[in-house]
Amino acid sequence: MNIDWLNFTPWSSLAGGALIGVAASLFVVANGRIAGISGLLGSLLQRGSEGVSEKALFLLGLLVAPLVWGLFTALPQIEFQSGWSGLTVAGLLVGIGTRYGSGCTSGHGVCGISRLSPRSIVATACFMFSGFATVFALRHVLEI
Amino acid sequence: MLKLTAFMAGLVFGLGLLLAGMANPSKVLAFLDVSGTWDPSLALVMLGAIAVAIGPLTWARRQTRSILGNPMQLPLKRELDPRLIGGSLLFGIGWGIAGICPGPAVAILLTGHWQVIVFVLAMLAGMLLFTALENRRTH
Repeated sequence: MNIDWLNFTPWSSLAGGALIGVAASLFVVANGRIAGISGLLGSLLQRGSEGVSEKALFLLGLLVAPLVWGLFTALPQIEFQSGWSGLTVAGLLVGIGTRYGSGCTSGHGVCGISRLSPRSIVATACFMFSGFATVFALRHVLEI
Repeated sequence: MLKLTAFMAGLVFGLGLLLAGMANPSKVLAFLDVSGTWDPSLALVMLGAIAVAIGPLTWARRQTRSILGNPMQLPLKRELDPRLIGGSLLFGIGWGIAGICPGPAVAILLTGHWQVIVFVLAMLAGMLLFTALENRRTH
């Protein structure tokens, strides 16, 4: 295994993770809700959901984060590796998969594991496995 | 107050994603590329997040209401069904293709990159498709 020491950012990643943990904690302690982004988005797309304003305001906060960040310092690097067809297929799979799987990296990976939910631990293992496998297949087998 | 805490939670979540490097699809893909030159940073994002959230979420499991009086809404399902596993596997494939998951997708939507707009439109279409299929199943 080759570790990419040049791009390894342990401290900012730990600190960013801690902020994510603070945000997820605030949302559950104050609002009694799970900070799962796919769940929040999906429920706003469904008719008759409760708590629409709180869910929408959480997403609004997430949406304006780069604007608030930009008030203080330059945005971090954001670099894409897919064209429009890859992005479309990826987006569809992420949309359908997170709804059938009842969650994504935030809802299962952070909140679910933090409350030791067996479903979330299994879901996280599944999407990590297929994420690793997909990158392996694309980069090292098909060499796209 | 509930609205303010919801907005603040979303904002801090987004700032955390940006600081952590999760909002950079190339970095996410470098994390998922274990057999290439592997960037393990994102494992630390999850570690940092869980280390902070595990206390408050454990507390929340024992409550019926939040401190601001909302009902505590934690998922109650326990079964490990094919939908959970199949859905999560599909999600991982999509994540591995583009290196974008739902949180970062929203958090970088306003940064002016066309790629994230295409991704988010497709993701919302996927979610609407799920809702349509579910409605057909239950009616």
